[in-house]
Amino acid sequence: MKTCLVVDDSRVIRKVARRILENLQFEVAEANDGLEALNYCKSSMPNAILLDWNMPVMDGITFLRQLRKEEGGTAPVVVFCTTENDLAHITEALTEGASEYIMKPFDGEILEAKFSEVGLI
Amino acid sequence: MTPEDTEHLAALLKQRSGLILGSDKTYLIESRLAPVARREGFANVGALLTALRTKRDEKLIYTVTDAMTTNETFFFRDKTPFDQFKSDVLPALAKSRTGDIKIWCAACSTGQEPYSLAMMMEESRAQFPRVNLDILATDISERCLEKAQAGLYTQFEVQRGLPIQMMVKHFEKIDEMWRISPKIRQAVRYKKLNLLDDLRSVGRQDVIYCRNVLIYFDLETKKRVLEQMATLLADDGFLFLGAAETVLGITDVFKPMAGMRGLYVKNQASAAPTVRKFGT
Repeated sequence: MKTCLVVDDSRVIRKVARRILENLQFEVAEANDGLEALNYCKSSMPNAILLDWNMPVMDGITFLRQLRKEEGGTAPVVVFCTTENDLAHITEALTEGASEYIMKPFDGEILEAKFSEVGLI
Repeated sequence: MTPEDTEHLAALLKQRSGLILGSDKTYLIESRLAPVARREGFANVGALLTALRTKRDEKLIYTVTDAMTTNETFFFRDKTPFDQFKSDVLPALAKSRTGDIKIWCAACSTGQEPYSLAMMMEESRAQFPRVNLDILATDISERCLEKAQAGLYTQFEVQRGLPIQMMVKHFEKIDEMWRISPKIRQAVRYKKLNLLDDLRSVGRQDVIYCRNVLIYFDLETKKRVLEQMATLLADDGFLFLGAAETVLGITDVFKPMAGMRGLYVKNQASAAPTVRKFGT
């Protein structure tokens, strides 16, 4: 079973994402911010990371840069999932090594399509 | 909604757009026509249908026919027909054609299918530097064609099937909408066309995409449309149908390509005149 780490400071969003991902046969872990996510990854790298941009403590893009420096940190497929929906943010995310980008609001169909696009399902 | 009203609607739709309204489609009628009834000032869908039956208001007939048409589409829908185009159809045609490769998207709805092809061609530029696609996209719905021509899509629409890299490359953000680049938009010609009409104006084509349209037609209409398409398609051309569609049991002017789901070629055997040999 593939694992997906859901990083979002909204408990509601994490819950929605978890339900969709579990239906897609993922084992789901959650983190409330970038730092929590980084600590999780240091102990075990997930296959996929669904990543919010704006979060307290450490934001998504900072987390992504840190992650890629970690041992094994280039392996997880990172899909942003954020309300930031302008080309500048999207381009920055892709430059830093995100594979796909979901603009909130999202639903199961979009998440499934994006995960399938990057070969996670 | 009286049975007379729904029967009249069913007959009207079949005549105007070929759409076959199955039995027990009350929900579909209600959900599609309630907004129309409201907009046109009728008390409810029943009143709209009665007016449709008793007056011959061409504008109202068109509005209702348009509203009952399914316009569901998204970028790179089903993926396979685009992969097959790139891996098999395009290389074959690139070899045998010197001029433009002519593609017809029949029932293109809001333009995602022709634009997907145009974007894919852009991505394949390095591989096929000399190939140019001439894409004609037609639909019965003016509303859809207007949207297609504008090339403006919602955030939801650009997230269905479109890889983010392609979105970044070919779209710009206009307020809350996303607009496809002039380059891609100009690669597609749009024209209003009812598939029930004479299709000869479409002209010679190398590839025809006719996906998820025939499913709404009855057998006789499917056969007529397919046979007209066969006369328009080059002998070495290709026809793409929807994943749930087939020519089998409808006509033998096309045959499926082995190992290529949804892809059809002309059946030369059925087109060739029968030659009888005598005296042997």
